[in-house]
Amino acid sequence: MVVDYVTRMGDGRRVRLTKEQIMSDIVAGMSDGVDAACVPELSQDELDHICEVVCDQSKITSIEAGKEVVLSKDAGAIKFNQDNGGSGNAMPCMGRLEGILVYERAFGFDSMELAWMDYSVKPVKSIINCETANYEQMALMTTIPLIMGAMPNLGLYYAPDGPHPNPTDLMREFKIEESMASSEAAAEQLIKDIHYTCQEIEKVGCEGYNFDTVASAGDAEFYATLKGIEDYRKMNPNAYIECGMSAENVLGIHGQMEYDGKILGGMYPHEQVKVVEKAGANIFGAVVNTNTSKSFAWNVARSAVITKECVKTAKIPVHANMGMGVGGIPMCELPPVDITGRAAKILIDIANIDGI
Amino acid sequence: MAVAHGLCSGMGGMRTTGDLVCRMQFAKSMKIADAKKYVADKLEIDPFQLTEENYVRDIREQLGMGVVTGQPNTPKGMPAKMNIEKVLGIEISSCEHFRQQVLRN
Repeated sequence: MVVDYVTRMGDGRRVRLTKEQIMSDIVAGMSDGVDAACVPELSQDELDHICEVVCDQSKITSIEAGKEVVLSKDAGAIKFNQDNGGSGNAMPCMGRLEGILVYERAFGFDSMELAWMDYSVKPVKSIINCETANYEQMALMTTIPLIMGAMPNLGLYYAPDGPHPNPTDLMREFKIEESMASSEAAAEQLIKDIHYTCQEIEKVGCEGYNFDTVASAGDAEFYATLKGIEDYRKMNPNAYIECGMSAENVLGIHGQMEYDGKILGGMYPHEQVKVVEKAGANIFGAVVNTNTSKSFAWNVARSAVITKECVKTAKIPVHANMGMGVGGIPMCELPPVDITGRAAKILIDIANIDGI
Repeated sequence: MAVAHGLCSGMGGMRTTGDLVCRMQFAKSMKIADAKKYVADKLEIDPFQLTEENYVRDIREQLGMGVVTGQPNTPKGMPAKMNIEKVLGIEISSCEHFRQQVLRN
């Protein structure tokens, strides 16, 4: 008799697969990750362990006691009052201080972040006095590490939102040199904005900064962020700096941006972490994207093999990004709890991640 | 989703010692095993006990590092962080800023 196991697809749909189908997907997902990131394969024991966790039919699967990891958070407490576009709950009366204290005292979070609703460096710069005044007071009430954070989001520096011509529009017109020049000019402006923001938060004793969703606009954004981290580290040797990526692969929109003599476009997590380390960050947030057409087994095996090499290469702690659509988690508005725990268990057991 | 991660895989923050271990990752770039060992050594406990709520709660109260429940006359927030600085042997930027403000005049 063939036994079916309830599992999910990368878009969150429930499916029933046999153990043989699950194992076949695990091997295929791992092989795809090995090909994409040029990393070593997982062992047969590791593949068997992934299969065992995927086939576990408990509603909630969790990590063995003693193997727990710490949590860091993007966007902090604004998830409570945002709409569903930001995976938030749209609670109108939840202030940020209350939200942070709920995370600290009700949800048992290990660290938290003060974030502005418009979660990018450029808009935060214009209201930085409001943010620093708020942080200063919130730091008096909170006990867990409290940092500030935002996305570098270089896209906001290009037309129509910013002063620089859009590099992809220029490329469509075969204006390659102009496109590269525009990326470089926008990156320089972002470096200045990061400098200004970090300079201001330093004045109120801010514990650190989370550079989140890094390189969403490609290699020029990654370059600007690395320079920004380098600059912030010089300002405060004790600052807590986290750098979390936006995708598994840095898009080479410029194509020739370099940091520490390395071309940034095309980098995968195990390469990204080395330049992030060099810039002076304390924690790296590794991303592996979810393929919605493939099963959870396929996606989590792919995530495990790519993340494992990143953790192995890293000298700093690696927190796997495990929100919707990354780290093996399905891309859907309500990531199922049965998958959340399984994905984390696999990345802790196989990839040896230091946090989530 | 974040809460699901906390329940399935997280250390538990102030319920246990998760905030202390996380602080060592941030402060000294320690990997999870090294950060756990560092905190366990400072608290003079076995690393396995770091996530044992009932055991660690009393230690946090004794050392004034903040407990997650609404216990009167126990430090929370800034005073708790200043005690954490002493126990972990690190300097916390927000505490240093607070000291400078208090000593300004």
